[in-house]
Amino acid sequence: MSMVFAPQLAEAAPTSHAGASWSPYDNNGGTCVAIAGGDYCVIAADTRMSTGFSILTRDHSKIHQITEKCVLASSGFQADIRALQKNLDARHQIYQHQHSKQMSCPAMAQLLSNTLYYKRFFPYYAFNVLGGLDTEGKGCVYTYDAVGSYERSGYSSQGSGQTLIMPVLDNQLKSASPLVLPPRESSTPLTESEAVDLIKDTFASAAERDIYTGDGVEIVIINKNGIRRETMPLKRD
Amino acid sequence: MRWESYNGGHEASEEEKQVYVGRSLMASSRPFTLMPTPGGPITHTQHPYVTGTSVLGLKYKDGVLIAADTAGSYGSTTRYKSVERLKQISNNTVLGATGEISDFQALTQLLDRLIVTDAMWDDGNNLGPLDIHNFLTRVMYNRRNKFDPLWNSLILGGVKNGVKYLGSVSMIGVHFVDQHIATGFGIHLAQPIFRSEWKENMTLEEGRKLLEKALLVLFYRDRSAINKIQIANITEDGVRISQPYALKPTWNFKAFKNPSSATPGTW
Repeated sequence: MSMVFAPQLAEAAPTSHAGASWSPYDNNGGTCVAIAGGDYCVIAADTRMSTGFSILTRDHSKIHQITEKCVLASSGFQADIRALQKNLDARHQIYQHQHSKQMSCPAMAQLLSNTLYYKRFFPYYAFNVLGGLDTEGKGCVYTYDAVGSYERSGYSSQGSGQTLIMPVLDNQLKSASPLVLPPRESSTPLTESEAVDLIKDTFASAAERDIYTGDGVEIVIINKNGIRRETMPLKRD
Repeated sequence: MRWESYNGGHEASEEEKQVYVGRSLMASSRPFTLMPTPGGPITHTQHPYVTGTSVLGLKYKDGVLIAADTAGSYGSTTRYKSVERLKQISNNTVLGATGEISDFQALTQLLDRLIVTDAMWDDGNNLGPLDIHNFLTRVMYNRRNKFDPLWNSLILGGVKNGVKYLGSVSMIGVHFVDQHIATGFGIHLAQPIFRSEWKENMTLEEGRKLLEKALLVLFYRDRSAINKIQIANITEDGVRISQPYALKPTWNFKAFKNPSSATPGTW
């Protein structure tokens, strides 16, 4: 049998990644937090972007507004995060063309989960917190892992400072267990300004001990009047 | 129907069936293949060959300055000393690259086609630095997704409609904008200088001096840096990339004279 030139063999051959000297992933750090209230939602993230032990920039936003009432905060690998944001934006545009209305926050939550799982075998290295107002105008927070497993809750944190912040939120917000009967509200009894102050305190604390959290925190507040944005500087060390 | 093979139809011997395996001249050489072994894995380039070191950029009062040296290293050898690592992309944008020079050249060819197509529309609007930065980010990210990256860290700077723009893209698609940026070794050696000494609305002279200071530090401390540098200046009026020129190093620092005096116990 003579050697046959068969170009389709190249496509059929498995790709080898053995001995690769580069990784397709990087962790650009940062922390995201969201707290849901009776008629508001507060979403916050620090503004530091790092790679390894270096700071790339101190002024980078991890928060992205997808719909009128829905905001996505993501930490992890920045290139994947941006691609994910663009993906959701494109899908939301199509939805608006087809349905003549914006997507609700719970609908966007499901879409995000499906989008993440779609890349189950080459994941978006993104740790997401989705926040906004649900169809009844109540605050909602959805928290995700990198492959789309998600849950609605009253508050959440993701990213490099997650383990430092979550226990503080648990202590302050005393969310009812989902097993309690009769079922209790999943959103918190804090007022909007108390929630914002709590966020500021938690980020200031996380910045003390987490090297990837710092420089500044961007806080987005969604309520029936619309969306507003606040920033607060953090330690730059 | 039986297809004839390229060697005229005769049975290929065992030696002829051997796929060409080359060895590079660098010290830590790895074999590379020119075409995949039939039924074998596809191996993409995983290592850079001819590389450029740091690129620095900063905004000043009238525009953006980008600087780089003109060295092309081949592993630990300074193989090429007149490599242009800063390229004018359009009349308001400049791109500088760290990393594999051939990948940078492929990028500039790609960008040239993009700019020409954009100009051919002749619709009174042209791609600005933000648009090109976006385009480059998508190109780099998509290559990373195919596990076949362009081995570069890029700095893109420009001015459009009075707005100064300075951005960076890495080989895996990480991108951001800032007032001053550095790639490669510059992240560790130049950025701290910029963070300490950069200020808003510097004059051209101040900006140039700051870049030269950082480039000199890189020349002292980065093994792949050389003394010959170029600076690109982008303003609303256009792009001017300087001819390469030399920085003047000083070697009579006290600490250089007796290097071991600062580290007792060394030899």
